[in-house]
Amino acid sequence: MRQIGIIILKEFFHILRDRRTLLILFGLPVVQILVFGFAITNEIKDARIAILDPSRDQISREVQQRLLSSGYFVLEETAADMDAVLRAFREDRIKMAVIFPSAMQKRFYHDEKVQIQFIADAAEPNTATTLVNYATAIVNDYQMDKLRMDDLPLEIHTEVKMLYNPRMQSVYMFVPGLIVVILTLICAMMTSIALTREKELGTMEVLLVSPVRPFLVILGKVVPYFVLGMIITVMVLLLGRFVFGMPVRGSLALLMAECVLFVLNALALGIFISTRTDSQMVAMMFSLIGLMMPVLLLSGFIFPIESMPWPLQWLSHILPGKWFLIIIKDIMLKGVGFSYVWKETLILIVMLLVILAAGVRNFKIRLA
Amino acid sequence: MNTVISAENLTKKFGDFTAVDRISFEVFQGEIFGFLGANGAGKTTAMKMLTGLLRPTSGKAQVAGFDVYRQPELIKQHIGYMSQRFSLYEDLTVRENIEFYGGIYGLTFKEIRRKIPQLLHELGLLEVERQLVKSLPLGWKQRLAFSIALIHEPRIVFLDEPTGGVDPITRRQFWETIYQSAAQGITIFVTTHYMDEAEYCHRVSMMAQGKIAALGPPKQLKQEFQAQSMDEIFLSIARGAK
Ligand SMILES: Nc1ncnc2c1ncn2[C@@H]1O[C@H](COP(=O)(O)OP(=O)(O)O)[C@@H](O)[C@H]1O
Ligand SMILES: [Mg+2]
Repeated sequence: MRQIGIIILKEFFHILRDRRTLLILFGLPVVQILVFGFAITNEIKDARIAILDPSRDQISREVQQRLLSSGYFVLEETAADMDAVLRAFREDRIKMAVIFPSAMQKRFYHDEKVQIQFIADAAEPNTATTLVNYATAIVNDYQMDKLRMDDLPLEIHTEVKMLYNPRMQSVYMFVPGLIVVILTLICAMMTSIALTREKELGTMEVLLVSPVRPFLVILGKVVPYFVLGMIITVMVLLLGRFVFGMPVRGSLALLMAECVLFVLNALALGIFISTRTDSQMVAMMFSLIGLMMPVLLLSGFIFPIESMPWPLQWLSHILPGKWFLIIIKDIMLKGVGFSYVWKETLILIVMLLVILAAGVRNFKIRLA
Repeated sequence: MNTVISAENLTKKFGDFTAVDRISFEVFQGEIFGFLGANGAGKTTAMKMLTGLLRPTSGKAQVAGFDVYRQPELIKQHIGYMSQRFSLYEDLTVRENIEFYGGIYGLTFKEIRRKIPQLLHELGLLEVERQLVKSLPLGWKQRLAFSIALIHEPRIVFLDEPTGGVDPITRRQFWETIYQSAAQGITIFVTTHYMDEAEYCHRVSMMAQGKIAALGPPKQLKQEFQAQSMDEIFLSIARGAK
């Protein structure tokens, strides 16, 4: 047991003495968050919008009022019809359009479904999703206030439409995707590199000849990356909160538990990779190509999965990152509880067991 | 004499390829046993089987009285090992390397602290105690690695090409260190492909293509092969093997 502490301590020495690694570990998430964060917040202030309001009644005016006084939106144009809205988009004069239904108030008192549509420019997906999320939140607020004032169950639905690419709906906020990428990077790639480095140096053999059990050697090497992964997750969440103003709507404990599960997956992948190769370079390339690229491309972080060709879609199912992204998006953005994400959680658990089993098998074969 | 290592028809196959082919030998306590052979002869593979790193395909072997199949963990507690590749951490200091390996091999922190000054003194490394290992010359690193392999006072130590890549004078110094340890009763199992180093060993075995082609004290082997030097023996074995 004491030996494990020594191995962990030694790994921290390695990490702390390697400036480049440290820079990647802490610099990358901060820079990414700040760059994206400022790019988005700058544009979000005073984003120009068009409003198409055939109703012109009290409710529609109140909602408009809310949107325009929020500080995020500035009215560029009161559009007469849909053509005018589309023209404004084409001429790049607006970032978002708000489309009210006709006869909103009347429909509302007749218990009909009332729907406000937000149309955003999907050419800038991050801005678009942020704007739409803000607008949705404002409408929800309005709805809650209404509910409190008179006990009429005012139900306004919002619908989001991404122009140019209607499927962009699945691109949510940037933060969940960033967490997936960073955890994969740190836990899978760094772990596989740290383990193969010992093999390359020949020190792994010495450790394996020592009385410390192989399992404990690996565990001791991996624990620091687990700790780092969790620290950086919290850091990203905090930065996301302060830069994006992004709340965690669901349970924080559940979110962290799911992060732990994904981190374990990533660590197991890192171990698995290191059982397949003896070279740091190969481990890094394998992690980058085999893990980072699919995570970036397929986990729905940059491109929505629905618009992928089906072989790639199919491939995305075997990536832990894809399921984890669904889970954390649901928890962070929709605020759902465990009962909504148990399936994805189960998938991650099964994947973890499979990867671990494969890693252990490889390890045994190597020794045999 | 006490037998501390014994192998009988020890064999390792990688698929169809036989890296170590039915080798048999004994090593006695306090002996310096040289394991000679060209690159690729199977020295490292044989050593890995004896140290519990690789499972033999067939044959028998015992190290320190423990069976390599059934008790590799017990073997590990009783041996020291210096791998063919470098076994120190370059980004840790001399002292940190000693502390780390000492801890790994089960020494308490107190014991380690007690040992360090004496160990560094013997190596003449007192002044560089807090320097990163990467700043040391190769010869110093090798002697440090050797001392670290002995830190838990094992009865047997396995050295895989401990003197690779250094000049003859440094090699000589290294062998003096080995002699001192052997004089204390530690058994030394050492591989090398420098034939001149064979002269330093009490007994040597010469491997070629996975088999042991010659085994005995250097003097006796030279008589047997009617050779002036180990190099000549090596060449005649290499020719015979082809
Ligand atoms: N894990 C392995 N898989 C396949 N072949 C191997 C493996 N390890 C060693 N070999 C082969 O076994 C032979 C002996 O290798 P080795 O024991 O390292 O030789 P030496 O230490 O004498 O230079 C070489 O031909 C090498 O390529
Ligand atoms: Mg070798």
